Amino acid sequence: MFKRCGWVLGALALVACSGGDKSASTPKDSTSAANGAVASAGADLTGAGATFPYPLYSKWFADYATKSGVKINYQSIGSGGGIRQLTEGTVDFGASDAPMSDDEMAKLKTPVFHIPTVLGAVVLTYNAPEITQPLKLSGDLVAQIFSGKITKWNDKAIAAINSGVKLPTTDILVVHRSDGSGTTYIFSDYLSAVNADWAKAPGKGKELQWPVGIGGKGNEGVAGQVKQTPGAIGYVELVYAKQNNLPIASIKNASGQFVQPSVESVTAAAEGASAKFPPGTDYRVSIVNPPGATAYPISSFTYLLINKTFTDAAKGKKLVDFLRWALTDGEKDAPPLDYAPLPQSLDTRLVARLDSIKVGASGM
Amino acid sequence: MSDVVATPPAVPTVKGGAPATSSGGDGFEGGIEGSALGDRIYAGVIWVFAICVPVLLALIALSIFLAGWPALHRFGLSFLTSSAWDPVNGKFGAAPAIYGTLVSSAIALLVATPLAIGVSVFLSEFAPPWLRQPVAFFVDLLAAIPSVVYGVWGIFVLIPLLRTALIPFLRDTLHLSVIPLFSGPNYGYSMLAAGLILAIMVLPYIASVSREVLLAVPRSQREAALALGATKWEMIRGALLPYAKSGIIGGIILGLGRALGETMAVTMVIGNRPEISASLFAPAYTMASVIANEFSEASGDLHLSALMAVGFVLFVITIIVNAIARWLVWEVSRTGSKG
Repeated sequence: MFKRCGWVLGALALVACSGGDKSASTPKDSTSAANGAVASAGADLTGAGATFPYPLYSKWFADYATKSGVKINYQSIGSGGGIRQLTEGTVDFGASDAPMSDDEMAKLKTPVFHIPTVLGAVVLTYNAPEITQPLKLSGDLVAQIFSGKITKWNDKAIAAINSGVKLPTTDILVVHRSDGSGTTYIFSDYLSAVNADWAKAPGKGKELQWPVGIGGKGNEGVAGQVKQTPGAIGYVELVYAKQNNLPIASIKNASGQFVQPSVESVTAAAEGASAKFPPGTDYRVSIVNPPGATAYPISSFTYLLINKTFTDAAKGKKLVDFLRWALTDGEKDAPPLDYAPLPQSLDTRLVARLDSIKVGASGM
Repeated sequence: MSDVVATPPAVPTVKGGAPATSSGGDGFEGGIEGSALGDRIYAGVIWVFAICVPVLLALIALSIFLAGWPALHRFGLSFLTSSAWDPVNGKFGAAPAIYGTLVSSAIALLVATPLAIGVSVFLSEFAPPWLRQPVAFFVDLLAAIPSVVYGVWGIFVLIPLLRTALIPFLRDTLHLSVIPLFSGPNYGYSMLAAGLILAIMVLPYIASVSREVLLAVPRSQREAALALGATKWEMIRGALLPYAKSGIIGGIILGLGRALGETMAVTMVIGNRPEISASLFAPAYTMASVIANEFSEASGDLHLSALMAVGFVLFVITIIVNAIARWLVWEVSRTGSKG
């Protein structure tokens, strides 16, 4: 009897251990990634940040290593983690899907340039087998659906712009991202731009207080929940939607055209938006709902965050050389991987900007 | 009394803890006083090992607390009672996550405990010997399935089953929708889904501990009851289960610890909605899920701090649960040995 009691207590000690372990696992994972970045002394350059462009970046780094011999180690730990590590100076460059906020910029020891690399676009996918041709939606309708003001698929406002389409009579189930994500940032940035109520609340950010709906973790979580649930609507990255052949809604752009998202229509959006950038722009700008008849309205840059000055001249030069390559030759790798490349005109401007990065000890 | 630990091979106890308390009587009959230098060094080393564990635990608790302090300080008690989780405007309240963690774990225990005890009674009292090992093996194997696999299974099998069969059955066929607990819209992704998936995940822990405990009940206990004319059912209810009670409760608490901290599978099926809803069919949130979801992209200091504060609250709740459990086991075994 006594022996058994002791044994049970031993089991209880295990509970304590495993409980603590689980709750701490997420922070632990990311710090071990951080240590990995510091420890990878074999690489010439280390970077950390956004997961969305990682498939493209890893191709870039591999190709560039073959071409120039410069090894770049990149940890795709998320934009937030990338910004934190850059702030702490544990990596040579960061990467982020959303531009850094003024607060975050203020904490940096060395000011950074935001260098756009490719474009991310957010698409709306839905589960309504009755709808055989792509559903048409406007930004205002999307905002009303995602704030719970439109709750039925056959709502008059939806029917009005989808004439001739047989809409289901069921309730709409909203599915959003539960994890912090650049995808949510782009989506909420767009809704804030086209709908004044949305701009007030929930506003824009990588995580929101959602008025309605259920949350899925990652693109695959949202897509899975939408696929499984008749009547559901959710938003995912263009790359993910393309590669999984999800039904995609056409969105009304600033010129009143309904546009299907594609590599071309997203690049067209950046073309339209960047024509208006002032000469000295820091590129921390929103390009949602841009002008242009063929522009898809829900898109954004993803950035590399590069220090404006490098005390280690060799490192700085390597990084600038890489960026010059990425913005010219590298952009050609984007469309086959379903990433929208920057428009040519913007590449030219960015390459010129690289010359202003100071490489060397005393800002020469 | 409970410090006399005879460790059975199935349960790995904390190394260093057990020998430290009983090092005097282990091998040397001459006693520890005035023994050779080697013994004293050995005892010292063991002491250090034994103290390392609680010190480590305290340091972890302290560092989580310090990281979470800005949020705890700013929101005070409302961090525990508020339902607002609004990263855009920097408002954080963990009430829905705390509620979700407790309720999903409670559902898990409610479902898993009878099943697990049933399995273990069957294995110890009814199963023919050739069946005992295979069934026990498969039950234990449930614990070896990675959490994320349970999550995927949940999305593709459990959720559709809930949405198309179980929830309509409970709500409409049995007309349970008059109770708020079983009413409301049916998405599949829900507190109920999280509770059920947790039930499957904690089942092997409870079943395996209960089985070992039941097998350890002396034969004489059973034979005495049968000799008094008890049926098999009466023997199990009157002699077997009360004797094994403290061990079974220990198994349940082991399962509870697993349920409270489980992250991945729950995140995939619970719907991740920070809202306290009366209905089990509504999406919910747990503390572990909040941290897993938001940590990687949280860049604001207050947001990060709020996530660490959630971690600290989870830590405290786990400690409280363990304390209650120890007290319960102690209480049960004390009254048990009297009666």
